[in-house]
Amino acid sequence: MKIKKNIAISESGFIFNPTTGDSFSTNPIGFEIIHLLKEDKNKDEIKQTILNRYAVDESTFEKDFYDFSTLLQNSQIAED
Amino acid sequence: MTVKKQLTIAVSGLNNIDSPGPGIPVIRALKESTIFDVRIIGLSYEALEPGLYMHNLVDKSYQVPFPSAGTDALIERISYIHQCENIAVIIPNFDAELSNFMKLEPRLLAEFGIKMFLPTQDQFDERHKSNLFEFGLKHGIKVPYSKMIFSTAEIPALLNEFSFPIVVKGKFYEAYVAYNIEQIHSYFNKLTSKWGLPIIIQQYVFGSEVNVTALGDGNGNAIGAVPMRKLYITDKGKAWAGISLDDDKLVQIANKLIASSKWRGGMELEFIKNAENEYYLLEINPRFPAWVYLAKGCGQNHPEALVRMALGETITPFKHYEVGKMFIRYSYDLVVDLKEFEQISTMGELS
Repeated sequence: MKIKKNIAISESGFIFNPTTGDSFSTNPIGFEIIHLLKEDKNKDEIKQTILNRYAVDESTFEKDFYDFSTLLQNSQIAED
Repeated sequence: MTVKKQLTIAVSGLNNIDSPGPGIPVIRALKESTIFDVRIIGLSYEALEPGLYMHNLVDKSYQVPFPSAGTDALIERISYIHQCENIAVIIPNFDAELSNFMKLEPRLLAEFGIKMFLPTQDQFDERHKSNLFEFGLKHGIKVPYSKMIFSTAEIPALLNEFSFPIVVKGKFYEAYVAYNIEQIHSYFNKLTSKWGLPIIIQQYVFGSEVNVTALGDGNGNAIGAVPMRKLYITDKGKAWAGISLDDDKLVQIANKLIASSKWRGGMELEFIKNAENEYYLLEINPRFPAWVYLAKGCGQNHPEALVRMALGETITPFKHYEVGKMFIRYSYDLVVDLKEFEQISTMGELS
């Protein structure tokens, strides 16, 4: 999954899709994951980064990452 | 230091209400022109059009006869206004008045030297709501299936060709979404009493509304095009807030349409973008939209460019516009003296 090239993301976690005109806000973890996706990190690399940095177990990460990535795709922020 | 060219421009569509006319946004764009120093003459139909009382934007106003009065009454009135104001350019902004102005365009130029930059009668007719489906076929643009009806007796048979929801549209303005036969009857009666026949029945398309304000030079070149998505829509279907989009496909559709129709003048294209990212053309308005000031805010001053073309200049098409610029409308109470209302109501003029 990749973040679309023209998506604008500010330091505050505000996301703007200039093609659809939609805007979103994300929390700091979401912001971090989006940045990792923009750096072309794959899911395993992102999982490792998050598990190392935060007190979260693998199954919780898997579930939340699945939800978040679905949201990003449905919102046309990310694509396969 | 640059010296701006002084110009008197008459503008209609001063009804800056909840379903706003384009006059005031056009005037704002002209007042911010880097080329022209404009004196604005407002052309009004009713004494309560708010633009009449916006003296910071409209320098003087005159009432003009309703379009139904015909071209003779209109040219007589324009002749009087021209004697007083020496009008250089007229920008009509109502669909309903355009036919009269198009018919008068050669006379206004020959007799008074007044310039306009309007679509031709053929272009105007071809893009009419009732002809839009055929227009789409001709120019290779998707248009939801639609047909005209002239009587409520035709309503039951519609279900052989359409499925609910169905859009019921007035000849000039207004559209309603019907979910059953009774609603079609109700909207038919409501719209015919206001705008006359025919009524246009159109298949509803699910998706988000995206519009383009554009300008054609009459030779097939798109001078400018700015796409916008409505962010807040009023109960009359008007954009109360919107944002400019980075949408090459939409701009390309606008360019293609202008190239194939050789559109002359300002226009608004209304589309629905469905979940498959397909664009369906819902309507072509043959003049600038009420949100045209957003184009100025994005770096394309379409009204200024239209005036330059009306004056005979050949201009280079705009290449860029700013993406992510928003407009948000607001309402504002003008407090005016009864004397002003009296003056426009009785004398037909207001300074």
